[in-house]
Amino acid sequence: MSEDLKLSRPVITHEFQAVIVGAGGAGLWAALELARKGVKAAVLTKLYPTRSHTGAAQGGICAALGNLEEDHWEWHMFDTVKGGDYLVDQDAAEILAREAIDTVIELEHMGLPFNRTADGKIDQRRFGGHTRNFGEGPVRRSCFAADRTGHMILQTLYQQCIKHDVTFYDEYHVVDVIVEDGQTRGVVAYRIADGELHIFRASAVMFATGGFGRMFRTTSNAHTLTGDGVALAYRHGVPAMDMEFFQFHPTGIPGLGILLSEAARGEGGYLRNDKGDRFMERYAPKLMELAPRDMVSRAIAMEIREGRGIGGKDWVNLDLTHLGKATIDAKLPDITEFSRVYQGVEPITQMVPTTPTAHYAMGGIPTDVESRVIVDDQGTWLRGMYAAGECACVSVHGANRLGTNSLIDILVFGRRAGRSMAHDVAGMALPDLPRDAADQVRGELAAIKERQHGENPAHIRTALADTMMDGVGVYRTGEGIREAIGKVRELKERYRDVHIDDKGTIFNTDLLEARELGYLLDCAEAVAVAAEARQESRGAHAREDFPERDDTDWLKHSLAYRTEAGPELRYKPVTITTFQPKPRVY
Amino acid sequence: MQVRLRILRYDPERDSKPHWEQYTVECEPTAPLLDLLHTVKWQQDGSLTFRRSCAHGVCGSDAMLINGRNRLACKIRVDQLGSRISVAPLPGLKVIKDLVVDMDEFFAKYRSVQPFQVDDGVMPARERRQSPEDRARYDDTTKCILCAACTSSCPSFWAQDTYVGPAAIVNAHRFIFDTRDAGSDERLEILSDADGVWRCRTIFNCTDACPRGINITRAILEVSSAIVERGI
Ligand SMILES: Cc1cc2nc3c(=O)[nH]c(=O)nc-3n(C[C@H](O)[C@H](O)[C@H](O)COP(=O)(O)OP(=O)(O)OC[C@H]3O[C@@H](n4cnc5c(N)ncnc54)[C@H](O)[C@@H]3O)c2cc1C
Ligand code: FES
Repeated sequence: MSEDLKLSRPVITHEFQAVIVGAGGAGLWAALELARKGVKAAVLTKLYPTRSHTGAAQGGICAALGNLEEDHWEWHMFDTVKGGDYLVDQDAAEILAREAIDTVIELEHMGLPFNRTADGKIDQRRFGGHTRNFGEGPVRRSCFAADRTGHMILQTLYQQCIKHDVTFYDEYHVVDVIVEDGQTRGVVAYRIADGELHIFRASAVMFATGGFGRMFRTTSNAHTLTGDGVALAYRHGVPAMDMEFFQFHPTGIPGLGILLSEAARGEGGYLRNDKGDRFMERYAPKLMELAPRDMVSRAIAMEIREGRGIGGKDWVNLDLTHLGKATIDAKLPDITEFSRVYQGVEPITQMVPTTPTAHYAMGGIPTDVESRVIVDDQGTWLRGMYAAGECACVSVHGANRLGTNSLIDILVFGRRAGRSMAHDVAGMALPDLPRDAADQVRGELAAIKERQHGENPAHIRTALADTMMDGVGVYRTGEGIREAIGKVRELKERYRDVHIDDKGTIFNTDLLEARELGYLLDCAEAVAVAAEARQESRGAHAREDFPERDDTDWLKHSLAYRTEAGPELRYKPVTITTFQPKPRVY
Repeated sequence: MQVRLRILRYDPERDSKPHWEQYTVECEPTAPLLDLLHTVKWQQDGSLTFRRSCAHGVCGSDAMLINGRNRLACKIRVDQLGSRISVAPLPGLKVIKDLVVDMDEFFAKYRSVQPFQVDDGVMPARERRQSPEDRARYDDTTKCILCAACTSSCPSFWAQDTYVGPAAIVNAHRFIFDTRDAGSDERLEILSDADGVWRCRTIFNCTDACPRGINITRAILEVSSAIVERGI
């Protein structure tokens, strides 16, 4: 047996009041709250903090500041609810829209370099689905730093963490969470540099591990977005909520999936088909290119299906040529650079080919508005466990997230997670650890390493990405999804035999990629099973065999519980406070 | 097209020193180099080790020495490199395994320049105002993704590894020229040290290496001028 994974080996144990898994926007803001309140806490991250995918966010972060035109948090709340096709929990949406304002102001106070208006205020631009006066027309609500808003948020929060002396464990891959008798007790982490397992004993464990877009072939997500937190919680009895709702962003680079931010359309860009028509006028006459993403992605897919993709191919054109060099250079420098580097296209003078790309997980670990993890329809908290950010589902995005609403979600609810943890751990003794806390995962890792031949994880991953893209993509049918479920289960079988080349202990990414594939498979099965069950079309979940929204039977959240036979579905009601469901037209 | 890829491999558990391995890979001419590294790892040898995450040049994970220049593997296309490509870890940093280098010292230097806003904690209810001109003053240096391509391309750093290096200076610049910050005197003090800006010999390697197109040499010169002007 390889030395590092021997069962007899002693495990290094650390003790903290709270541990945070993930150093994107959600994890870092939670860490800051804990540091400010003097809680002994640590952030564990499989990447250096500044590599987190929050840094890839481009277009902006919304808040009804009203710096350029009238705006109100009530309008923002309404847009969020309607954008999410009424599956949004409205108590959470209200918190999001209200607290967005001081969150963005606080980012400015931390030093974030927002773009500025002529009179020095934070500049704001339009974004899809954000409207004035309950849907009358687009409003300027997205605060931004060129088209690297996420980069600036990640940098600024990391800088503040350095200032406040936050403890980081960089390149520690969390491979298990310790739960016993309904109490979370800590996590097990694999130190990438030397392959040692470490136990972090803690009263509070927060997941802030981001999304799982890597289950799809074409995606804007980083290679490392593999659903680790969602899958680990799921394996310990926490349901995965609303997994059938996965957002495809309308404008990705064909083939590579790299995102070209909606800010391009917010600044006035057009979408054109092969005939040169602005086809959105047929799908969303009022908001046109600034309709919500699910609608624009479906419109593009429809244009392509009906033969109006460019040259009959599977993409359409993004037209920025009328914006002028000055606007493009000041407000969209990065994404236009992506077109130059990856497509060989000059957006100032040429059309940019784009196609929908898998982008954002609306679903994830269920939480209440205090970011505590909830395991049923009764609001039962799994003591000691918290989640925020893309891995969590609170749910402010419902069936479809609006652009710029994720960055604000991760910060508003990351902050709330920090405050809840600080409150809950005060005066609390550390929970006892089970004697064998690391044994199971140690055995699982050793089995992968020691198998002498078997399946190549890369082959399974590619097959999974094709299966999910083709069977559970922008448009879905019951038959297509059932086929996908069958294939995912076959892949799960094959995964039991997974084999890797690297048998070493130092920086073994072969082993960790294989581990991550297991998380993706779990998440994908939950996505597909929940999508098969939901016999309606709502937000990003578009069933061709059930094209209408069905509020009588389906105005409810799904909860997928792990069982040996596969995910078992239960449901819970949506919280509706202010806005009754209405048909969703733009 | 077919590419002959040479990679400098080193596994401290097996090798006494680094050695070149050669791989043949089929790919589209427009493929980013990162895709080729993945092809090797996923189809030929799973033990090939490198860092990567975002795959489009914004996270800073995969800076390496590619055909003799520091670049991001995900942001350079095969047709820009030719059919013979050599890849080695960033120079001047300790190699952990294959293309993975030890970044701890690099981040320690970053932290040493106080890379955070210094203020008195008293803030207005709303945002502080900043004119677009004042905002533009430090725009360039906010783009840094801490990939270390600059610092590890710098001959002054190779000669003296205690030098804070261009990346740390870039991040200090980002605050020194921000009208909202109150810590620049202290930062300039730190950078006027023997291991600070004076080690820069304006060789421009850093500026050439920066995948974000930051004019690093200019930023360093602006910091040195500020030290002189403010008599530090
Ligand atoms: C290209 C792109 C552009 C976007 N643009 C916008 C935008 O303009 N506006 C907007 O609102 N939203 C945008 N989004 C969405 C938004 O950026 C993300 O949803 C959000 O940043 C997620 O933040 P997070 O903190 O939840 O997770 P992330 O930033 O993804 O961080 C995840 C963290 O978890 C860690 N981690 C994961 N697994 C483990 C493990 N097993 N062990 C230890 N650590 C682990 C990682 O190291 C990382 O630190 C964009 C997304 C993409 C992909
Ligand atoms: S992988 Fe992120 S910069 Fe290359």
